[in-house]
Amino acid sequence: MLQNKDPINVIITGVGGQGNLFASQILGQMLLQKGYLITIGETLGLSQRGGSVMSHVRASKRETLPPLIPEGLCDLVLALEPIEGLRILGSYGHPDVLTITNTRPIMPMDVLAGQAEYPELEVVLEKMNELSRRVWTVDATDLALKMGDPILANVIMLGALGGLKILPYDVRTFETAIREFFPDDRLTTNLEAFNQGRTSVKAI
Amino acid sequence: MSIITEGRSGQKVLLMGNEAIARGAIEGGVKVCAAYPGNPSSEIIGTLAKIGPELDIYVEWSANEKVALEVAAAASFAGIRGLAAMKQNGLNVASDFLFNLNLTGSIGGLVVVVCDDPGAISSTNEEDTRAYAKIGDLPLLEPSTVQEAKSMIPFAFELSEELGLPCLVRSVTRISHARGSVELDDPVPLSRRPHFNTGRPLVNVPALAFHRKLRAKLHRCRDIFETSEFNEYLGPEQPEALIVASGTPGAYAQETLNLLKAEDRVGIIKLGTTWPLPESFLVRQLRRADVILVAEDVDTFLETNLKALCAQKGRELGIKRFLGRGSGTLPDVGEITPDCLTTAVAEILKISYEARPPEYARTAQEAVSRYAPTRQVGFCAGCPHRAAYWCVKTALALDGRDGFLVGDIGCYSLGFGPSGFEQMKTLHSMGSGAGIAGGMGQLARFGFDQPVMTVCGDSTFYHAALPALFNAIYNQANFLMLILDNSATAMTGFQPHPGTGQNAMGRQAPVVDIEAVCRTLGARIEVADPYDLQGTIEAVNRLLVDEKGVKVLILRQLCALVRANRGEKLYQVRVDQERCLGDGCGCNRLCTRVFRCPGLIWDKEKGRAGIDDAICTGCGVCGEICPQSAILTEEI
Ligand code: SF4
Ligand code: SF4
Repeated sequence: MLQNKDPINVIITGVGGQGNLFASQILGQMLLQKGYLITIGETLGLSQRGGSVMSHVRASKRETLPPLIPEGLCDLVLALEPIEGLRILGSYGHPDVLTITNTRPIMPMDVLAGQAEYPELEVVLEKMNELSRRVWTVDATDLALKMGDPILANVIMLGALGGLKILPYDVRTFETAIREFFPDDRLTTNLEAFNQGRTSVKAI
Repeated sequence: MSIITEGRSGQKVLLMGNEAIARGAIEGGVKVCAAYPGNPSSEIIGTLAKIGPELDIYVEWSANEKVALEVAAAASFAGIRGLAAMKQNGLNVASDFLFNLNLTGSIGGLVVVVCDDPGAISSTNEEDTRAYAKIGDLPLLEPSTVQEAKSMIPFAFELSEELGLPCLVRSVTRISHARGSVELDDPVPLSRRPHFNTGRPLVNVPALAFHRKLRAKLHRCRDIFETSEFNEYLGPEQPEALIVASGTPGAYAQETLNLLKAEDRVGIIKLGTTWPLPESFLVRQLRRADVILVAEDVDTFLETNLKALCAQKGRELGIKRFLGRGSGTLPDVGEITPDCLTTAVAEILKISYEARPPEYARTAQEAVSRYAPTRQVGFCAGCPHRAAYWCVKTALALDGRDGFLVGDIGCYSLGFGPSGFEQMKTLHSMGSGAGIAGGMGQLARFGFDQPVMTVCGDSTFYHAALPALFNAIYNQANFLMLILDNSATAMTGFQPHPGTGQNAMGRQAPVVDIEAVCRTLGARIEVADPYDLQGTIEAVNRLLVDEKGVKVLILRQLCALVRANRGEKLYQVRVDQERCLGDGCGCNRLCTRVFRCPGLIWDKEKGRAGIDDAICTGCGVCGEICPQSAILTEEI
C-alpha cells in the first residue's frame, strides 16, 4: 500500500522498555534488504524510564533522508501503546495516515496516582479512526504474555504490519533481519511471535 | 566479528551514528580509545570496546573525561593515533588539560569527539561545544549526517597529524543516536611502534611562544578548510536568500526547500568545517544573496562569526541581513527541527505552507490534549533508588530538623521528581552533591542547623565525588553521604567501572572497593540494603544524629534493570483484595499515589490496588509500605 510512495515515513511509538528501538532497527534492516536507503531517528533520552518514546523510520530509494520526519508527514504509525499512537497522530498525522495499534494500555504515573484520566480504549480507537485513513488493532501484549514474555509485543506488531502487506516485507525478510541479533534458540520464538501478529491483526 | 570490523570499501550498511564514528576511527587507524560514558556519546566506545581485542585496539572506560583525554593524548605523544569521546559536559571536565594540550600540540593523530545534546534530551543542559574550539584555537568539524560522522574521523586524524593539533569533532544527539545508510572505506594501513621522543619534551613554557605557534597552525588549518569537500554550496547561481547551516540543520535544509518547492529560490551553504571558518570560500558564496538565514544547533556560533566576517569584508560583500536564532527567526533555545526551519524559510519567502489541513491539525491536537495524558519519566519498577529515596524521606521526617539532600548526575538524579518523592534539592554536575554538602557542612558556625545529606552513584563516586569527599574529611565538614551502589553505570547503558571487576573489553580487572576507599579516608561507614526499608531508615537516622564529620552509608542493591534482564525476581507479589481497603482505609492509596512503582496498578472498578505482572520486577518493597499488609510477597 505504501510500496509506491517515496519516501516512506513510519513512526514506531510506545513507552520506554517496550522494545521500541529494537522494532525500528528490525524494520530498518528489512527495508534495507529491499533496496531502500534508510534513516532512523530515535529519541532515546531517558527512554528506559517509562517516558514516551518514538523512532522515525524513513525509507527512500532515491536519497538518504534526515533523521526527523517533518510534522504532518507520517505515512504509518505503529503504536506499541494506544495513547502513544494518538500522541503521534497529534503532531505527525494527516488524513491519509495508516495506524496499527497494540490494545494494551500502560498507565502513566499520574493516572495511577489519580491525577489524570486514561480514556476508554474505544474512545482512543474512535479518535484514531477519525484521524487515520485506516486503523488496525492487535492484542500484542496479551499475546506476548501468553507466549511468556511481554517484550515479544514489538515483534508481534511487526508481524501484524507484515501481514497487512503495507510495506514490502514478509516472514523471510524478517528472519534474515533478526538473524543478526539473535542466537538460533531465540529465533523460533521470534518467528512464532511474528506469525502470531500476522494472523491476529484486525481492522476496525 | 561484525559489519563494523569486517565491512569493506564500497559496502553500504545501516549504522547508528556512534557506530559510524567507531568505524571511522577504525578506518582512521586508531590504536587507543578512551571515554567516560555519557549520553549521547556512550556507544562510540561501547562499540569499540566489543571489537577492540579482535582488532588490536586498546579501549578503556576511564574514571572521567579528563583522564580519558590524557590517555588518548599519551598514545598521540608516542606517535600512534588516539581518540577520546565524551558528551558536552565531559569536555568541561577535560578542558583544563585540553587548553594546555593545544599549546604543546600532539604528534600521532588525536581526535576528540564530543556529542552535544541540543534540546537537552538526555542532559541537564544544552551546552554548545563549539565555543571550546574558538577559545582553544582548535580545528572543529561538524558532521550533518551519519555518513559524514564516519567520513570525518579519518580526515580528522590526517588533519591532526598535519597540524600537530588535536581535532575536535562535534556530533549531536540526532546524529549519534540516528541510524543511517553508510558507505564504508578500508582502514588505512598503519604499522607504527609507539615511542616517546625524549629529545622533544611537551612542555608549553614559555607559553607565549607556544601560543604564537598555535595561531600559525590555525592559519594553516584555515587554508586546508578552504578546499574541504565537507563544505559545499547547493542551489541556484543567484538565489533570493541563503541558508548557512552546519550539523543536522544542514541535512534538514534540503528537505525544507523541497517541501516549500523553493529549490530555485534559496541556496544552501552547508559547512562541515566550522572552526576556523573557511573565509575565502564563504566570501565567494555569501556574495550570492543579501538575506542569510543561519541554521545551527544551540548557540549562535556561526551566526556571530559570520557577522564578524561580513563586517570585515564589508566592502566586498555589502550589507547583509542576518536571520537565525539571534534574530528570533529561529527559536533561541532547543534543537532546530525540520518544522521550525520550514516555518522560518516560509516566512522569509512569504510562502504559505501547510503540511495538513488546518481542520485536521486542530482535531488532532485537541484529541491529544484531551485523551493522551503526558508520561512522566521515573524510576523503573523495583528500582532500588526509589526505595532509597523513600527511606530518605521517612528518615528526614523522623529526624524533624528540616534536613535535606543534595545530589548530582546519574539515574538517581530523577530523585528531584515525584518518583524520588522530590527529595533531591540541588542538581548540577558530576560529583557536585558531595562538594555542596561539604560547603553546607561548614555553616553551623553561622547558625545553620539543618542536617545535610548528599547522594552519589557508584560510577559518579570515582568520576568526581572522591576529591570532594576527602576535601570534606580534611576540612571536617559535617554531612551524611549516601552512595547508591547498584553495580552499574545504569544511566548510560551498563558500562563497567572501577568497582565492577571488569574492564571495557570484558577482561577481569581489580575492584576498586568504595567501602575500603572511604574507610581509608577516615569516614564513618555503614552498609545497608535499600530494599530493607526499616533497616535503612534506622541507619540514616543513626548517622544523622552523629554530629561529627563525614559519614558514609553505602546502599547496596543490584540495578532492577540488570535483575530484570537476568529474568530473576526476588518475590512473587500480589495484592490481597480482601485486605486492601483502597480509598477507604485512610492509607490515601499510599502504594499508587505516593510510592508510585509502575508495577502497581489501580483497579478502578473494584477500588483496589493490583500488581501488573508484565511490569513488576518482584523487589518486594511495596509489601513493606502497605499499612494494611495487603500486598503479599512470596519468596521465589
Ligand atoms: S514488588 Fe512492588 S515495588 Fe517491587 S517492582 Fe513489584 S510492584 Fe514495584
Ligand atoms: S495496597 Fe495497601 S497502600 Fe495500596 S491502596 Fe491497598 S491498602 Fe492502601
